[in-house]
Amino acid sequence: METLFPETRATTTALPTDARPTLLEVRDLKVEFNIRGGVVKAVDGLTFDIRRGQTVGIIGESGCGKSVTARAILRMVPKPGKITGGEILYYRYSRYPNKEGKTKDIEVIDMTKLDPDGELVRQIRGGEIAMIFQEPMSSLTPVYTAGAHLNEAITLHRLLPVKKLGDQMVEKIMQYRPVTKEEAREIAIQMLRRVGIPKPEQRVDSYPHQLSGGQRQRVRIAIALSTEPYMLIADEPTTALDVSIEAQILDIMRELQQTANMAIMFITHNLGVIASMADEIVVMYMGKQVERAKVVDLFYNPKHPYTKALLQSVPKLGPKTGARLASIEGMVPDPLHLPTGCVFHPRCPAFMAGKCDKLVPNWTEVGQNHWVRCLLYEE
Amino acid sequence: MAEMAQNGKADNILLDVKGLKKYFPIQKGLLRKVVGYVKAVDDVSLYVREGETLGLVGESGCGKTTASRSIIRLYEPTAGQVLFKSRVLSPDGQPRMVNLLELDRDQMTKVRQEISMIFQDPINSLNPRMTVADIIAEPMVIHGKYEKGRSEEIIVNLLERVGLRADHLRRYPHEFSGGQRQRIGIARALALNPRLVLCDEPVSALDVSIQAQTLNLLQDLQKDFNLSYLFVAHDLSVVQHISDRVAVMYVGKVAEMASAEELYANPLHPYTEALLSAVPKPDPLYKSERIIMQGDVADPSNPPSGCYFHPRCRYAIDRCKIEAPAFRELKPDHWVACHRAEELQLKGI
Repeated sequence: METLFPETRATTTALPTDARPTLLEVRDLKVEFNIRGGVVKAVDGLTFDIRRGQTVGIIGESGCGKSVTARAILRMVPKPGKITGGEILYYRYSRYPNKEGKTKDIEVIDMTKLDPDGELVRQIRGGEIAMIFQEPMSSLTPVYTAGAHLNEAITLHRLLPVKKLGDQMVEKIMQYRPVTKEEAREIAIQMLRRVGIPKPEQRVDSYPHQLSGGQRQRVRIAIALSTEPYMLIADEPTTALDVSIEAQILDIMRELQQTANMAIMFITHNLGVIASMADEIVVMYMGKQVERAKVVDLFYNPKHPYTKALLQSVPKLGPKTGARLASIEGMVPDPLHLPTGCVFHPRCPAFMAGKCDKLVPNWTEVGQNHWVRCLLYEE
Repeated sequence: MAEMAQNGKADNILLDVKGLKKYFPIQKGLLRKVVGYVKAVDDVSLYVREGETLGLVGESGCGKTTASRSIIRLYEPTAGQVLFKSRVLSPDGQPRMVNLLELDRDQMTKVRQEISMIFQDPINSLNPRMTVADIIAEPMVIHGKYEKGRSEEIIVNLLERVGLRADHLRRYPHEFSGGQRQRIGIARALALNPRLVLCDEPVSALDVSIQAQTLNLLQDLQKDFNLSYLFVAHDLSVVQHISDRVAVMYVGKVAEMASAEELYANPLHPYTEALLSAVPKPDPLYKSERIIMQGDVADPSNPPSGCYFHPRCRYAIDRCKIEAPAFRELKPDHWVACHRAEELQLKGI
């Protein structure tokens, strides 16, 4: 991993994460799904950036738009979803030395303007921005239709049941890195070893069904990281796994982040995992970003009532208090009929009648790098 | 096991499982010859007192679900005893201990009024073609207790008790969210006024805020109906929150069982210690000292010799490779299966 990026990687690791160069800038992103009953605003005005080597966590409950955001960045929003506004600026570093031996040229690409099936997107997706999705329970069902329909979106995060692991990895590595087949196989074995697969020299020739669920997920991570991406999008990567395996996988991700200066966008609903992984956290509710802060500020000084409620609703290990869990009243609203004003107001313990149900809160800075969308903090 | 009754174990035991085993045969070839066994549950002993919650934790594949299903004989256990203090089987209505594994079909059906289940998956555990009213009424119909009018009243009460409304009665499961469906499942489990509820990962499919609501509901219902729970889950924080006592399983065996406070603060089994150290804490300033367990979980069809945990245990000695440790009560109400439990100083949370 270290050998191929002598220059572009190592130079910035010494800086604190918020002083490093920007890698991805999301500006006022909007994604809508035009379905039969109306328009669902799955992502509505999301703004954040990710710097090199930084981990940004996105938390929220199911349906809040966190996975759609990940897919929008990679231009993989499933139909009938569409990006309807905003920008996703990707600061693309040229990966390998060009003819003059330069590696540091930066090209700014607006991902929203690209053809989702075009050549450029396919170079970036999977190679420069890799992804790992949740271990699908039925990952071995060979339901994919071969040939033309087997689009890249599927090959990227599914292991093909009919092909040896090594061959799948070699193919992927050679697609994105200028190496020979033998070198690619060597890299594949090294990666399998790094993710903790026992006897990688033998395992490289096994088929996915010969591995346990935890091992398969580790192999997926190995594949995602074998292309030496600048950024990893991890969407609930450890949700279906046991704590001991989860801890191993998080260790691997942190270690690779250190050695390769890789940025991570970590999507989860597990607050324990995000506390140990993220530098900065974005909290989403019903497609809207409600709060964004550094991890310590968010956990120790949350501002938005939703964030506060979310943090209090998880049982914590430690001396038993016997207290009831704080829970958020009511349910997530119907996305087709969102409440007026602030979308959280029907469930909000700090609800101000006549205000929260009428006015839409603005994105306000309440502290250094601490942003919140709540009327409590507006004049 | 004989001295068990005298020690910390008081007499208000509702469920007493002794040496429960469930082996699944591995069949191969044309003649389906049995070539081995998956020892999914291998000598499990635990007990649940009246009105308390026993949490059963362990990693996937450790046999916790199989154990809970074997208790109610959804899987026919291979060996062991499941003693349950039953009211319905007692001629005078006074609760009496019966061994569930010795009951015939009719008696077992009767006992199932007193033991109900809540399942993990709120989508697949409800029949999509039945209305909510029918789903909750079904246990009463099966046990011949459904009476027009009176039962309907009970159903409405139950529905309101779990936080749904009477006008939800005629709706179908797909019209509800995951959390609401789990509430329907809970209402169904309570329809026959059970005494023991086997909860199999009841909140692991739910979002955190819904999970909190559901856990609070389960606790309220426990008080109101004097229920006992066997709470199977893999999330150690959830289990600590809801349980009075906790049993930790590893590869078909109970490694440790103690009160929740005691187990989390002073674990006696190295596996418990390692498991606790691996739980991610929702605190960014917490510096974890995670214990790395070598290798993977043992294969229950071909478990290691001696103590099943020894290949991954950092305290293992030669004796652990040869001799399987007995499950013993080291301190009052604190049970452990480890040769070195007395000498080790393990770290809790």
